[in-house]
Amino acid sequence: MADVNRGNRPLSPHLQVYRLPLPAITSILTRITGHALSAGILLLVWWLVAAVTSPGAFATADWVLRSWLGFLIMTASTWALWFHALSGVRHLFYDNGMGLEIEDAKRASWGIIIGSVALTVLSLIIFFIG
Amino acid sequence: MRYITPRKAAQGLGSARAGTAHHWNITMSSYALIVLTPLFLIAVGGAIGLPQDQVVAHFGRPFPGIITALFIIVGMIHFIKGSQGGAIADYVHGTAQQLTMVAIAIFGWGVIAAAVFALAKMAFTLPAI
Repeated sequence: MADVNRGNRPLSPHLQVYRLPLPAITSILTRITGHALSAGILLLVWWLVAAVTSPGAFATADWVLRSWLGFLIMTASTWALWFHALSGVRHLFYDNGMGLEIEDAKRASWGIIIGSVALTVLSLIIFFIG
Repeated sequence: MRYITPRKAAQGLGSARAGTAHHWNITMSSYALIVLTPLFLIAVGGAIGLPQDQVVAHFGRPFPGIITALFIIVGMIHFIKGSQGGAIADYVHGTAQQLTMVAIAIFGWGVIAAAVFALAKMAFTLPAI
């Protein structure tokens, strides 16, 4: 009989109802932050090129960079950069066979999340004081 | 007729036809970027908010200029290779994949060219004294 055990088997996790584990979220965020950094580098390089173009071009780029939107992009980029960096360091440990146990991966995920926020706050403090 | 054996033709290439070169590229550039990232944030953070002539003078100095150029060059090559061999290879296929890879290369090298141009011009700008 084909349906002897029907209803008693474990269900395959469907993607839409499957709660992603933390290491999966931090892993996906590594790719997302890597690509999202395009916005920050584009804004920054536009500002650099504008600085050697003309006073008008620089005024426009500098206004955008120092606007609330520019501050948001730069702060988010700083966080994305730290997140991607810390997560990248984890990958270097992974490459050497370290931190691959589930509990270690969870701990490292929290370390990356907390560390990236802390380093972003530290970067902003140094930026506004220095 | 090919004298090379099928094994020799395939050896070291792997399924991606590039062997371990891609992984090695990303790993090596990531080591460099660990060092460059904090230095880059210091170099750029010290310039945002300055008036134009001081921005030019700031990046005209050796430390901010060289660090910013190095970070953007190494970082964008890391991005081009990482994106093409990572997310694009995984999620985009066929002609769309090739076009996306070309677009990423144009974006990445365009950013490098623009940044190097601006930084070089700043480095060669003589201070108005």
